[in-house]
This record gives sequence, C-alpha cells and structure tokens, in this order.
Amino acid sequence: MSSKVRAQRHEMPKQAPDKRIKNFSEVTLGYTPELAVAEASRCIGCPKKPCVSGCPVGVDIPEFIALIAEGDFLGAAKKIKEKNSLPAMCGRVCPQESQCEAVCTLGKKGNPVAIGALERFAADFERLHADPLAEAQSSDLSMGKVAVVGSGPAGLTCAAELTKLGYKVVLFESLHATGGVLRYGIPEFRLPKDIVDEEVEYVKRQGVEIRLNVLVGTTVTLDELFAQGFDAIFLGTGAGLPYFLGVPGENLNGVYSANEFLTRTNLMKAYQFPEYDTPVSVGKRVVVVGGGNVAMDSARCALRLGAEKVAVVYRRSRTEMPARLEEVENAEEEGIEFMFLSNPVRILEDDKGWVKGMECIRMELGDADDSGRRRPVPVPGSEFILDVDTVISAVGTNPNPLLIRTVSGLALGRRGNVIADDETGMTNIPGVFAGGDIVTGSATVIAAMGAGKLAAHGIDEYVRTKNGRGM
Amino acid sequence: MYRILKKEILAPKIKLIEVHAPEICSHAHPGQFIVLRMHEKGERIPLTIADSDPVAGLLTMVFQEVGKSTTELGTLNEGDVIQDIVGPLGTPRDIRKLDCVICVAGGVGVAPIYPEAKAYHKIGTKVISLIGAQTKDMLIFKDRMEQVSDEVYYSTDDGSFGHKGFVTEVLDDLLREGLCPDEVVVIGPLLMMREASRVTAKYGVKTIVSLNAIMVDGTGMCGSCRVTVDGETKFSCVEGPAFDGHKVNFDELIARQRRFLAEEKLAMEHYLAGAGGCKCHQK
Ligand SMILES: Cc1cc2nc3c(=O)[nH]c(=O)nc-3n(C[C@H](O)[C@H](O)[C@H](O)COP(=O)(O)OP(=O)(O)OC[C@H]3O[C@@H](n4cnc5c(N)ncnc54)[C@H](O)[C@@H]3O)c2cc1C
Ligand SMILES: Cc1cc2nc3c(=O)[nH]c(=O)nc-3n(C[C@H](O)[C@H](O)[C@H](O)COP(=O)(O)OP(=O)(O)OC[C@H]3O[C@@H](n4cnc5c(N)ncnc54)[C@H](O)[C@@H]3O)c2cc1C
Ligand code: FES
Repeated sequence: MSSKVRAQRHEMPKQAPDKRIKNFSEVTLGYTPELAVAEASRCIGCPKKPCVSGCPVGVDIPEFIALIAEGDFLGAAKKIKEKNSLPAMCGRVCPQESQCEAVCTLGKKGNPVAIGALERFAADFERLHADPLAEAQSSDLSMGKVAVVGSGPAGLTCAAELTKLGYKVVLFESLHATGGVLRYGIPEFRLPKDIVDEEVEYVKRQGVEIRLNVLVGTTVTLDELFAQGFDAIFLGTGAGLPYFLGVPGENLNGVYSANEFLTRTNLMKAYQFPEYDTPVSVGKRVVVVGGGNVAMDSARCALRLGAEKVAVVYRRSRTEMPARLEEVENAEEEGIEFMFLSNPVRILEDDKGWVKGMECIRMELGDADDSGRRRPVPVPGSEFILDVDTVISAVGTNPNPLLIRTVSGLALGRRGNVIADDETGMTNIPGVFAGGDIVTGSATVIAAMGAGKLAAHGIDEYVRTKNGRGM
Repeated sequence: MYRILKKEILAPKIKLIEVHAPEICSHAHPGQFIVLRMHEKGERIPLTIADSDPVAGLLTMVFQEVGKSTTELGTLNEGDVIQDIVGPLGTPRDIRKLDCVICVAGGVGVAPIYPEAKAYHKIGTKVISLIGAQTKDMLIFKDRMEQVSDEVYYSTDDGSFGHKGFVTEVLDDLLREGLCPDEVVVIGPLLMMREASRVTAKYGVKTIVSLNAIMVDGTGMCGSCRVTVDGETKFSCVEGPAFDGHKVNFDELIARQRRFLAEEKLAMEHYLAGAGGCKCHQK
C-alpha cells in the first residue's frame, strides 16, 4: 500500500448534523466491512506496539486489526474479548485519543489508526453474526458466593469475571434498570441501550443473578449480606452525587444538575414523553456549564429535545476540556456554541421563580494546579450576561455516601471516595472490595471495568484463603 | 414485581394499597418512603410508608389521585402488579420519648403521619392529633388515628365535621390556650405546612414538616428534590423528607413544585385520551 493511502484515516459514516439533532438514534453508523478492512490495512504492525501499552486493559490491538484486515471479523472480536469483555461499548465511549490512538505510530503524522472505530466494528459484527449461546457458560459455581453492589461497568465486569472463576454472584442494583451510567447517563445516540441490554444478558447467561430495586445499605445491609452467607462483597456504586455550581439562583426552576437532566432523558426516556410518563422541560436557550463528557451529553440532549440554541460554558480553554474529542467535534457540528474561559457567577430570576439569564465572568489561565492543568482565575470587571432560560450544571460528581455511611469503619479518602488496595481491590474491611468511580471519582468506563476485573481476582484469592482452598 | 394484595377506597380519590415487600418492611422506620414505578413507561413516584408489618412483610401505601401517575395507580386492583418498588428511602424520624407531641395532618397527609403518631404513642408520649380535610367524606384513617392518639381534633373546610375552617386554626387555638407540646409534626399540602410553621413560630415550638419535593431516583443522585433549609441546599430524599419547619424556604419549594405543570397537564390529557380511557370517575 502506498504511504499516501496510509496517511488517510477512514472516518465512520455519520447521520448528517441537521438530521441527527432531531432524533435520538445513534450518530455514528459504524464502518462497512470494506471500510473496516481498508482502515485496518493502514496499521503498519510496528514491532513496539505502543498502542497496547496505551490501552488500560492491554487489548492485543495490532493482532485484532490484522485479523480485520484479513477479513476474519469474528476472530478479531474474539481476540479483543480475551482482554476486554465489553468491546461494543468501549469502541464507542473510550477516550481513544488520549489512550491507544494517542501513542499510535501513525499518529505522529497526525493520523492514527482508528482503533476505536475498528474495535466497535468487530464487536458489532460479532453481535450480529455470532451465536450468543455458543459462548462457554460457567456451570460449576461452587467456589463461593459473592455479592456485587452496583451494575455499572465495574459491577458488571466484576460479576462476569467472578462467574468465570467459579463463583455464584448476586448483583444488586438500586435503580429499576442495570448499567449505571451506561444506562442513565450516556445517551442513546452515543451508546444504544440495546448494546447495554446485550451485555447484561451475557452476564446473566453466565449465571449471575440480578436483583433490581435493592438499595444496599438500606434495603439490606452489608452485615446482613455476610450473615446470608456471602463470602465477599464488591462495591461498585459509582460517583453519582452531583455537585451544584454554588452560585445564587441554583435552585430556580429551569436549573438542572446534569444527572437529573440525563436521568430524566435517558433512564426515564423523557424524550418520548408523553408516551413515557416522566417529563423534562427544556427551554429555548440552554446553557450547560462544564467541559466533560457529561456536559457534551447534556448539551446534545438539550438540542434534541428541541432547544433553539445551546451553549457550553467552560472555565478553561478548549485544550483542557476532558470530554472525548470525537464528541466535542460532534457537538460543534451540531451547532453547539462553546464559550471558553468563562464561569457562572449567578443565575438571574424572572418574576415567577424561573431562570431568565446567567451572569458569567471571563477567566484567564494561571499556574498549573495539582491536576497539572492551568488554574483558571477570574478577570475582574469582565462580567457579562447570557440570555438563557435553562441552565444545566455538569461540573462534577462525588461518590454517593448513602451506602458508604452505613459501613462503619470503612476508610475513605479526602473526597469521600472509598480507599481500595491497588493490587487486590480490597478495602480496609476484610471481605469488602471496591472499584470504579466509587474509588477513583468520575473516571472512565474502561477504568471501571479494569477495577472490576482486578477486584474479582482479589476476591478469588481472598475467598480461597478464607475457605482454606489455597491457590 | 409486587402484586397488590389489598385495595381499599378510603375516600373519593384516596386509595390504600398493600403489597408483599418483606425486605422493605423489615427495614422501614416512621418517616420513610418508597419510590415505585408502575410499569415500563411509568414515572418513579414517591409514596410514604403508611404502615408496614415486618412479620407478614406487608407494606401499606395511601395515595391521592392528583395527576396521571396516581390516577393510573388508582385503576389497579387486587391481583394487579406494580413493576418496581425501592425503599425504604429517606432518613428515619428521630422518635424518642417526649411528654407531648401534636400531629397535624391535612388531607391525604393523615396516612403518612400515622406511623409517626403510632411510634410516639407506643413509647408513651402523649399524642394530640389535629386532622383536617376539605369535607367529612375526605377524612381518612379516623379509627387508626384515634387508636394511637390521646386526643383528636377534627376540622373541615366546609364545617361538615369538627371545626369549620383550617386545621392550622385549631393548632393556633390550642397553643394560644397554653398547650405546650415538645414538638409539632406537620404533614400535608405545602401551604398548610407553611402556615402551621408560621403559627408555631409565634409560640417558639419545635416543628417538623415532611416535604414532598419532586423526585426522580429518591436516592440522592439527581438533586431534583433539593430544598433550601436554613440557607443551605439539601436533597430531601436523603436528608429529609422531614425538616425543621421554621428553617425551610417554603416559597422556593412552592415554586419548584410547579416546574412541570405544563407537562403534568399534557400527561393527564394524553392518558385520558388514550386506551386507558377515563376510568377514574367510575370509582
Ligand atoms: C453523562 C456521562 C457520560 C460519560 N461518558 C463517558 C465516555 O464517553 N467514556 C468513558 O469512558 N466514560 C464516560 N463517563 C464516565 C463513566 O461512565 C464512569 O466512569 C463509569 O460508568 C463508572 O462505572 P462504575 O461501575 O464505577 O459506576 P456507575 O456506572 O456509576 O454505576 C454505579 C451503579 O451503582 C448503583 N448503586 C449506587 N449505590 C447503590 C447501592 N447502595 N445499592 C445498589 N446499587 C447502587 C447505581 O445506581 C449505578 O447503577 C461518563 C459519565 C457520565 C455521567
Ligand atoms: C417523600 C414523599 C412522600 C410522599 N408521600 C405521599 C403519600 O403517601 N401519598 C400521596 O398521595 N402522595 C405522596 N407524595 C406525593 C406524590 O408523590 C405525588 O402526588 C405524585 O408523584 C404525583 O404524581 P402524578 O403523576 O399523579 O401527578 P402529577 O401530575 O405529576 O403532579 C401533581 C402534583 O404532584 C407533585 N408531584 C409531581 N411529581 C412528583 C414527584 N415525583 N414527587 C413528588 N411530588 C410530585 C407536583 O408538584 C404536582 O403539583 C409524596 C411525595 C414525596 C416527595
Ligand atoms: S430525588 Fe434525586 S436526589 Fe433526591
């Protein structure tokens, strides 16, 4: 292949922006087999495989890409699944540009192999063409009994891995549906819920029992679970507690936390109101505060729910935005306006308790803070007013304290996160493990999965030792 | 899935249902609530645990039909199922032996106040209950409340039973006459809770109200239920629903209750026009 062809990355076909802002269907349509083979053929199979070390779970990237290039799509999917059990999701939501694709050799010329899109292609091909029942099922679940709390990516992965290791797992979820953020946070147009359903079905087929509507700590306590004969408990309860802006006017009508806005929209399907009962009201002019995936998702949902104008206000500049690059580009294509180096000061009220505007102040970047990003500082006298009727606050979340505070003696970090051992996932309480956002604060799907898998092995070792089975 | 084992019509548009939910019942305390979702397309609505029997595992809820979801819930009969119920949610009330408490309830608020009155009565606290309703037919839980109260005063807006006027007037009279309870507990419509808190503030009596902010998850992850108490934002599903009535910003909450008025109206119209038909007036 000529180097000219190699230089060009094949973009996935997408729904046109003017069309997609009127629906909740998936934006990117995925490669055709021809496009996938063409893109896979760009990989030069360099011997150092920097991409593999860029992947948090170490997927054998060059190998699966080579299989796609040869047309062995099912083989490629199998290869990925050796390391990553949820590739259809990761291909769609991982921040590839800061992981595998960031270190791709071709990336030095600004055009890395589209690893995420290829992962997604292989996984989707397998979903459509492989027999799900042909997968090996774990039949002997006699190693012990484990309770997994929370059905986000950390809990789902931990549960699936434990069944592979021979454990009977009961997965408890407080909501009426599984998936955690994958269900209630990330919208349908970015991660179709069919895919989440399929992954959950897979976990069930492995023998995991799922119990919805159980708020562990309240409906049943950890002590009661141990008394019921569970050998160990994994906490994967996420970082679901929203912060607010801390500015005057934040409780006005028309101000939402991103969690409320997205939960109404995605989990409760308010975008199909009144067919579905839960409402969400979005005004004509919406402003979203924040610069992460949550902010992008909120802004793009607002647009699809009928807002005429949607702006994102972020206190740093574009380069510091933590959102996935692809989603920022999608948001821009859809006409979302970005106001960088701006921060809200207060929300203005009309005479009926509703939002009628938001006052912001300009920021400039000062010295780097502990996260290594330059700290934004307000520019005195630079206040300005945005004419908006809806404000969505997407400025971060903390671990939900509901369960944590019922566990006496559990060691917590500064921000209320649970402290777990890096190698085993065990907390300071024997038999209680934790992983995912509850430990790290909001992070990524792949990191939560990695933590779930690691803890499964930590649990295995713990239970074997406890039950005197050795390794 | 929770099958409805018992249904009673307590008053026009006020219904009682009972389901088997042993795990919830064995952990429930007065002041707590559940969130239910009737079916796949349903919204998550909070209802107070009006009674719970930990031995038989029976959970009792009482609701008033005020909009789409409660009206549809009212059409379910014994044998029908509710898809999801999660609980118990909220912070249990701190119920300890006092000399005297007044329980003030308005409308359907009698049902949620009952477990609190019962708990106080059981530990030997004198319970004086003031129960208000629009009219005699709308008085519910009369026998139950009389069983757990030392004295009961009634009021109706139209004077068809007890004092004619608002229940907060009865409260004001009792306090003015020198009754001095350790605590006044108030559950009912927001306007009534605001007024009761204003009355008790005059006499400096500690007052606990139970707020019915609009909720989604009920577990502290969305902030839909936030209220301002003593100048601070609180999530009422986790830190409440009971708060010090003298510190609650009622005006803000009253405005927040109107957040989805237009959508609520649309939902009701859509429901009545739909296949469900208008069964609500047959009962
Ligand atoms: C809107 C949004 C968009 C995002 N986009 C991306 C993206 O594009 N790419 C990416 O990599 N990451 C993204 N993230 C981050 C990613 O989703 C999270 O890091 C990841 O989901 C964390 O997984 P988890 O399993 O730790 O927790 P969660 O996914 O939060 O799941 C926790 C689960 O535990 C349940 N739970 C909580 N308490 C209890 C209890 N007491 N009892 C029972 N169950 C309980 C919760 O209901 C929830 O279902 C996004 C996050 C949000 C909010
Ligand atoms: C902690 C708590 C305990 C409650 N206990 C009881 C009870 O025991 N019995 C009872 O009859 N009612 C109770 N409610 C109120 C009940 O939840 C609402 O009446 C119900 O959700 C209305 O739904 P709808 O679709 O029928 O009416 P809608 O048309 O949606 O609304 C009618 C009115 O109810 C209020 N409302 C709407 N949605 C909610 C919501 N999700 N949460 C709270 N209020 C809402 C609105 O302000 C509106 O004015 C409680 C509310 C809370 C927060
Ligand atoms: S209802 Fe969501 S936080 Fe209280």
